Amino acid sequence: MTALPPTTAAAGRRGTAGRPGAANGAPAAPGTRGTRGRKAPGWLGALPLLVFAAIGFGLPVGALLYGAVTRDDPATGATALTGEHLQRSLQGPYLGSLVGSVQLSALTALIGTVLGVLIAQAVVTARGGALRTAVLTASGVLANFGGIPLAFAFVATLGISGVVTRLGRLDSLGWNLYSFTGLAVIYLYFLVPLMVLVILPALDGLRPQWREAAQNAGATAWQFWRHVGLPVLAPSLLGGFVLLFGSAFAAHATAAALVGGSVPLVTLKIADALSGNVLVGQENVALALSLDMIVIAGLVMAVYLPLQRRSSRWLH
Amino acid sequence: MPRKPLPRLVAAVALSTAALTALSACGAAPDKDPAADKAASAASAADFGGLDALVTAAEKEGTLNAIALPPDWANYGEVIKAFEAKYKVKVAVENPDASSSDEISAVKSRKGQKRAPDVLDLGISFARSGAAENLFAPYKVEAWDKIPESQKDKDGLYFNDYGGYVSIGCDAARIKNCPETFADLLKPEYKGKVALNGNPTKAGSAFGGVFAASLANKGSFGDIQPGIDFFGKLKKNGNFIPVESTPATIEKGETPISIDWDYLNAGYADQFKGKGVDWKVSVPSDGVYAQYYSQAINKDAPHPAAARLWMEFLYSAEGQNLWLKGYARPVLLPAMTADGTADKTFVSKLPEVSGTPTFPTSEELDKANADLAANWDKAVS
Repeated sequence: MTALPPTTAAAGRRGTAGRPGAANGAPAAPGTRGTRGRKAPGWLGALPLLVFAAIGFGLPVGALLYGAVTRDDPATGATALTGEHLQRSLQGPYLGSLVGSVQLSALTALIGTVLGVLIAQAVVTARGGALRTAVLTASGVLANFGGIPLAFAFVATLGISGVVTRLGRLDSLGWNLYSFTGLAVIYLYFLVPLMVLVILPALDGLRPQWREAAQNAGATAWQFWRHVGLPVLAPSLLGGFVLLFGSAFAAHATAAALVGGSVPLVTLKIADALSGNVLVGQENVALALSLDMIVIAGLVMAVYLPLQRRSSRWLH
Repeated sequence: MPRKPLPRLVAAVALSTAALTALSACGAAPDKDPAADKAASAASAADFGGLDALVTAAEKEGTLNAIALPPDWANYGEVIKAFEAKYKVKVAVENPDASSSDEISAVKSRKGQKRAPDVLDLGISFARSGAAENLFAPYKVEAWDKIPESQKDKDGLYFNDYGGYVSIGCDAARIKNCPETFADLLKPEYKGKVALNGNPTKAGSAFGGVFAASLANKGSFGDIQPGIDFFGKLKKNGNFIPVESTPATIEKGETPISIDWDYLNAGYADQFKGKGVDWKVSVPSDGVYAQYYSQAINKDAPHPAAARLWMEFLYSAEGQNLWLKGYARPVLLPAMTADGTADKTFVSKLPEVSGTPTFPTSEELDKANADLAANWDKAVS
């Protein structure tokens, strides 16, 4: 596509730099961005992404929406519009599972945000790079450790006959892995490292000069955080919270392997309705539930986006 | 060096179009030929002109697409091997752990494709709904008359094949006194020990467990609520654990008591020999509940003759005895006991049950499903 311009440019300004594309392309770009000639290729460059988004996101969402609001008559095969599935997805146990998922995700995201920030701040203020490298590597691994392997790792350590449960006699203290609390602990296992990864750059962006300036003006550590640190970080914190919330909200395999139906979660309900041996004809309710999930995720994002825009001018 | 990109682009487009055409041709249905049409409409072996003609037609097709047949479930692994050894038909099992609703959606989404499943092994509610949706081909195996009336669709759209009773499995190496009835399960000594093999709104065996518990607690086929309340009580006194029991959790000691089909529990007993697990199986006398799975043939089966031959094999004495070997109770067991074709060594190994099983009607099943979906979460969370 751009095979022609670099060669001509290189010919025209030969000798200005070793790598013609890099040296000439960069300064030329700002000047020519607004002109008509460059506009079309720029848009074309985004085309693969747009096509991917349309196929990868647009089609499934369309199918989901269609299935959530229509019903096929089993006898005639005719399709009719109906609000029944959405209505059912917001009633009884289905509503209970939505509420349960939001509660679990909000709680674990909140705890994960706080713990993640504390760990990240400890890493930022620590001397020497070894701790930083170690924490970052570990976080990178642990943040992606999920699903059934994670569930079984916890069963082996903290389950009913788990090693730690037995050594610490945790069951007599009321510990039960197969509960809301147990699930929250497991979720934190991958949410906290995720938060560390997300918030470290933002903490790095807090300039030491700000703190020095605050100290020179007589501010205490608390006052610095209250009036400078946290306001600047707030959008990043909220962004991290939103990410954690989304992670927990969409998690399925760990919970499925661990608690089955005893902690009502919307992802488990969707799986039950979509692929089971007992309930017949629940597929459209599952789609309606998925739609509810998208709406909830959308609402959470809607809080985050405007704030994120405000913060970017401080940290970059 | 500056080459015009256009010819290359044209070539690429032309090539990919050709590739796409070829691909879609692969996925499309094979051309209709009269023999396939005849096989697809055959409602019995006689329509082929006898079993031998059916075998010839099936071997000409050479393949059978099966779905959701786990090799360690009711001895399916051996059933498949025996079928392949007897006939020149290869059995391709897709997604062995799929659920009934996965099977139905595979039938719907691959209608007319070569990859569509030929035969289905379904939970009873899915067999009924699939028949109502006109997805199955009617077929009557040679042993049709011996299948009890309550175990088959009168038109042959589906027919029950094998099943078993809800049973209580228990690791005698870890539990001093193994529970034998649902009433036993409430005893304080079983705190944190009792599991179901799945979520009853999803897994058929767990659903059966709740139904059996209901029968044990003055419930009926029309009223599953006492069973839900029973598990609520178990949960409240700390006996019920929501871990879905699998061979892995049993071996680990995580689920020392597991409510499951007797054929699965009995199979586990063999599997665990010498592994520190002493797995005992009892069918609770206070809640006797049996359920059978159904076979059906996809109406648009890409291998219609092989599908029908598979059915004939499953309902032959050989096929039925293979299920029996896997501790499942084949649907023809009463008839085979009468005419002496049932393998007595396998029969004697079945867990003991008193009385004959009865089965809920469609309406009762639907009501139980709905009640369970509405009330299960509340009871155990």
